[in-house]
Amino acid sequence: MSENTHIQESSAAELQHPGYGLYILVWAGLVGLTTITVALAGFNLAGLTVVTALAIAIVKSLLVTNYFMHVRTDSPIFKVFIFVCIAIFLTMIVLTFFDLTYRFPLK
Amino acid sequence: MNNEATIGHAHVHRDDVGSKMGMWLFLFTELLLFGGMFILYASYRFMYPENFKVAAMHLDTLIGSVNTILLLTSSLTVALSIVALQRKQKMFSVFLLMFTVAAGGAFLVNKFFEWSTKIGHGIYPKGPEMANLSDGEVVFYGLYYVMTGLHALHVIVGLIFIGFMIVFILKGKQTFDNHQKLENAGLYWHLVDIIWIFLFPLFYLIH
Repeated sequence: MSENTHIQESSAAELQHPGYGLYILVWAGLVGLTTITVALAGFNLAGLTVVTALAIAIVKSLLVTNYFMHVRTDSPIFKVFIFVCIAIFLTMIVLTFFDLTYRFPLK
Repeated sequence: MNNEATIGHAHVHRDDVGSKMGMWLFLFTELLLFGGMFILYASYRFMYPENFKVAAMHLDTLIGSVNTILLLTSSLTVALSIVALQRKQKMFSVFLLMFTVAAGGAFLVNKFFEWSTKIGHGIYPKGPEMANLSDGEVVFYGLYYVMTGLHALHVIVGLIFIGFMIVFILKGKQTFDNHQKLENAGLYWHLVDIIWIFLFPLFYLIH
């Protein structure tokens, strides 16, 4: 029984702190995504330029927070924290743009 | 059961989860500080889309890309240094942090040359070239200096923070089973990285 607990503890620790390999893989993904953004900037995607650039930036920051900042394996309360913070930020953006589009309507 | 270890030796007060929560709360204030500026950027870009495009053409995409790779790599080495310390590879952990400091330093050197070139061309507040630029371009460069400047300030603070961690590890104050300070320094550094992940496409990649 106690051995069982011990194994569970060590696998939990393993999960919480993955080895070097996983981090290097995440880094390779981040560098790959950077290359894609730079390459895409050369094409004329019209209205989609900002959207694709931001989408890639969001994926990159999700990789950084989940893996490098350990949010994936931390207590769920940190995800709640982040969600609340992002929700406040998005509210600010939406309210600002309500005002802006009213003042300077899109042609 | 209890966060305060009292068994066996003198009363030690330590609360790693609380420490991490405090750090995250601080990071949120940072996020909203930069968030306000991103909203300002979005609003002005909405008002002057063409001017922003013209101004962004004059930023060096190559330097921006190199700096992105430098910061991403430095983030990796911070994350790896924590693993190294957990595996009791103390000197490897210190080496990885020193690499981080070198990469962060290289980022700042690039930034210095980038700013110097722009200032050399007379592009700075009340600079001679500013009179020839459109309103949107002036606003773009204003945001560029303030946002990348504030970010660079954070890089400097992060480097000092990591410098302290190197000393703490060498002195045995941060160890394989007690390294929340290093984790917090890492969290700060990763946030600096995330902010750059957004600054880079918004300033350098508008075409």
